[in-house]
Amino acid sequence: MSENISNDIKLPTGEKLVLSSSPHISANGNVRGIMLKVITALLPAAAAGIWFFGLPAAAVIVLTVISCVIAEAVWCLLAGKPVIPAITDFSAVVTGVILALNLPSAVPFYIPVIGGFIAIWLGKQVFGGLGHNPFNPAIVARVALLIALPAAMTIWSPPRGMDKDYPAAELFFGSVAMKQVKQGKLDGISCATPLGIMTDTEKITDTSDRHASAAAKHNFDRINTPALLKKYFWGIRPGCIGETCIPALILGGIMLIIFKLINWRVPVCFIGAVAVTSGLVNFFFPGVTPPPLFHLFTGGVFLGAVFMATDMVSSPVTNRGCLIFGIGCGVITSVIRIWGNYPEGVSFGILIMNALVPLIDRWCAKRPFGYIRRKEV
Amino acid sequence: MSRIKTFKGGIHPAHDGKELTCNMPITEAPLLEKYYVLFSENAGKAPRPTAAVGDKVKKYQLLAEADGFVSANLHSPTSGEITAIVELPGATGVPDKAFEITADGKDHGEVPFAPVSDWKNADSAVIMERIREAGIVGMGGAAFPSHVKLTVPPGKNVDTLIINGAECEPYLTADHRLMVEFPEKVLCGAAIMAKMLNVANVFVGIENNKRDAIASLESLAPEYGIKVIPLQVRYPQGAEKQLIKAITDRTVPSGGLPADAGCIVQNAGSSAAVYEAVVLGIPLIERIVTVTGEVVKNPGNFKLKIGTPVIEAVKMAGGITEEPGKLILGGPMMGFSQKSFDVPVAKNTSGILLLPVDKVLNFASSPCIRCARCVEACPMNLMPCLLCADVEGNRFDLAQSDHVMDCLECGACAYVCPSHRPLVQLLRRAKAEVRKAKNKGTVQK
Repeated sequence: MSENISNDIKLPTGEKLVLSSSPHISANGNVRGIMLKVITALLPAAAAGIWFFGLPAAAVIVLTVISCVIAEAVWCLLAGKPVIPAITDFSAVVTGVILALNLPSAVPFYIPVIGGFIAIWLGKQVFGGLGHNPFNPAIVARVALLIALPAAMTIWSPPRGMDKDYPAAELFFGSVAMKQVKQGKLDGISCATPLGIMTDTEKITDTSDRHASAAAKHNFDRINTPALLKKYFWGIRPGCIGETCIPALILGGIMLIIFKLINWRVPVCFIGAVAVTSGLVNFFFPGVTPPPLFHLFTGGVFLGAVFMATDMVSSPVTNRGCLIFGIGCGVITSVIRIWGNYPEGVSFGILIMNALVPLIDRWCAKRPFGYIRRKEV
Repeated sequence: MSRIKTFKGGIHPAHDGKELTCNMPITEAPLLEKYYVLFSENAGKAPRPTAAVGDKVKKYQLLAEADGFVSANLHSPTSGEITAIVELPGATGVPDKAFEITADGKDHGEVPFAPVSDWKNADSAVIMERIREAGIVGMGGAAFPSHVKLTVPPGKNVDTLIINGAECEPYLTADHRLMVEFPEKVLCGAAIMAKMLNVANVFVGIENNKRDAIASLESLAPEYGIKVIPLQVRYPQGAEKQLIKAITDRTVPSGGLPADAGCIVQNAGSSAAVYEAVVLGIPLIERIVTVTGEVVKNPGNFKLKIGTPVIEAVKMAGGITEEPGKLILGGPMMGFSQKSFDVPVAKNTSGILLLPVDKVLNFASSPCIRCARCVEACPMNLMPCLLCADVEGNRFDLAQSDHVMDCLECGACAYVCPSHRPLVQLLRRAKAEVRKAKNKGTVQK
């Protein structure tokens, strides 16, 4: 405060003044930051996938991400839209990683390439790009690939730690391949997933025929032993790259909740609805489907519930809506798994509920402040 | 008091900028050469001028007379001469006429109203007339004439008076300092209004980050029969409906008035003005203004005469350290940005905020990613993201049925939006379109 007072005062000229609507401050944060956080939360599952399925898994992830980003850039160029914000917001990278985690590690190279283009072009850009897609782009691509190229999409490699000593190994590898497995030659060998075996298991719905029902239950018991459930949980099971390791997915989910990027109601209701639906069916008809833990620890329930159903763009905006959405996803997933032709129902469950989101948003609109009958004064 | 009260929704700005000025005592402003008193200082109808160019005026002299019920008197801030009537930008950007008063340096005038020192036994009508005469308006920002707000509509039963000391706008500390330094003015003003309204429950709601203000009021509150209610720090805690909800747990019905919930709310500054009008007989000619912002050299709180040019206020605060990117009258959440420094301080100018260039927001129409943060933040339980989709599709009928008219324009939605969408602007547009359609009789499809 050494300078003289009045004459030295520097006054604004007002040349730079910006005129705009309030508010004039905002929270730090942008779409790019959100996408980077989602990618961070995806890292544990991606790392687990690479650990269990090796370099092919890493190649699939890299290839899918590159494909998605190129697809985004090409579309923007063709459509005359600016490429820079579209690519640097990292939304294509998120789509790419999620799609890759939904692919088997043994897919031929063209699957990630085609998948990336389907996800970005048909899943997202045809609807108007970021924020406008009614469906989760990664799921659109996965389902399209599964229907169009079923053989290429269902080649499952055994993960690290799955060898001749694996419980019920013959069931997963088949009797022919089992000979090679016993010799330790695991390269190039494919195997069945637990859900695949479940679907191929003979189902007996007639509860009056106790003998038949018990026999069918026995079929499920082979793939539902405590030792196997433990392996399933930690991720030592055939499946898509990112779906097997449940702890990594739970870790990712906790990160997303801490980052405040997802509504916890969606994964909790999703997983809960799968458990309750499969639990009820198993309780009344043990010959129809295995118990809930099997359903939770196999297939992609956790991956779908944590990373796919929670996609901001294609999930509801209200808490009540998220409850309904999560429950719907879980019930449809279970119904497809139990009675459908496909072993897995997660993708279909989420797609169907995605389509209902605009309706759910309207049904579950919050009651605005001031519309509640006030208490008598 | 088990739990600190608040409402549902809202935001908690990480950086509220209050530390710049919250410990700065209120400074008396030096007398200036010229003041520019805007004709229309209040919401509602502008008062009718009673003085003309060339008139010698005394301090406190009436310059314009309330024109109708929803209008407020205007008094001269100092003694001198009306040298011109000039056109100036008002705070909302709409040009307005202003008296140019050239001060004679004496700053002299008779106190125009007889002090009512025995207000406890005064007639309600006398007090009400005094508040009306003194030209008191809502000094938090709305500038709604206080005598109108204090008039209980027929058929309504009001049992609670709430003094709004929440000051939830970031950066502003004018009410805070007022409550710390002049608690007796705020409390006595409240007690006068309570007496006039004949209500038993009088509360002062203050956000819990103003501990010194709470302590200062609590030491005197019991003798006035007033309860001080600490509230959670949560924007917009000072919005009328949210304040009533937090303190009384009553809900003002949509489209209704606080009186529908048995409450009347007055700003802390207005309460002090009521005290000065009734007990001292002084009309509203000055107010406390926070002059602040990262580019202001010595941010602080100043007692400014109505009509002080903003540039002079900035001078009192030591000028600037760098060229500002934005000038805001009011707070950063609901205040109005200005195009020039010619705009004068009005009765509702709670703050003069100069933001640096790098803090100026760039609203982009980047797409909504439906993250639902705005839904969580909306204190009115609206769904801003869906409403704005309605607006962008020109579906104002949908926006109306989605209750856009209940929007407070508090800005919580735009504050949290990661896509930096101009949500408030879109909502304002929808409200304007709905009003326009209502006047025409149909809603545009």
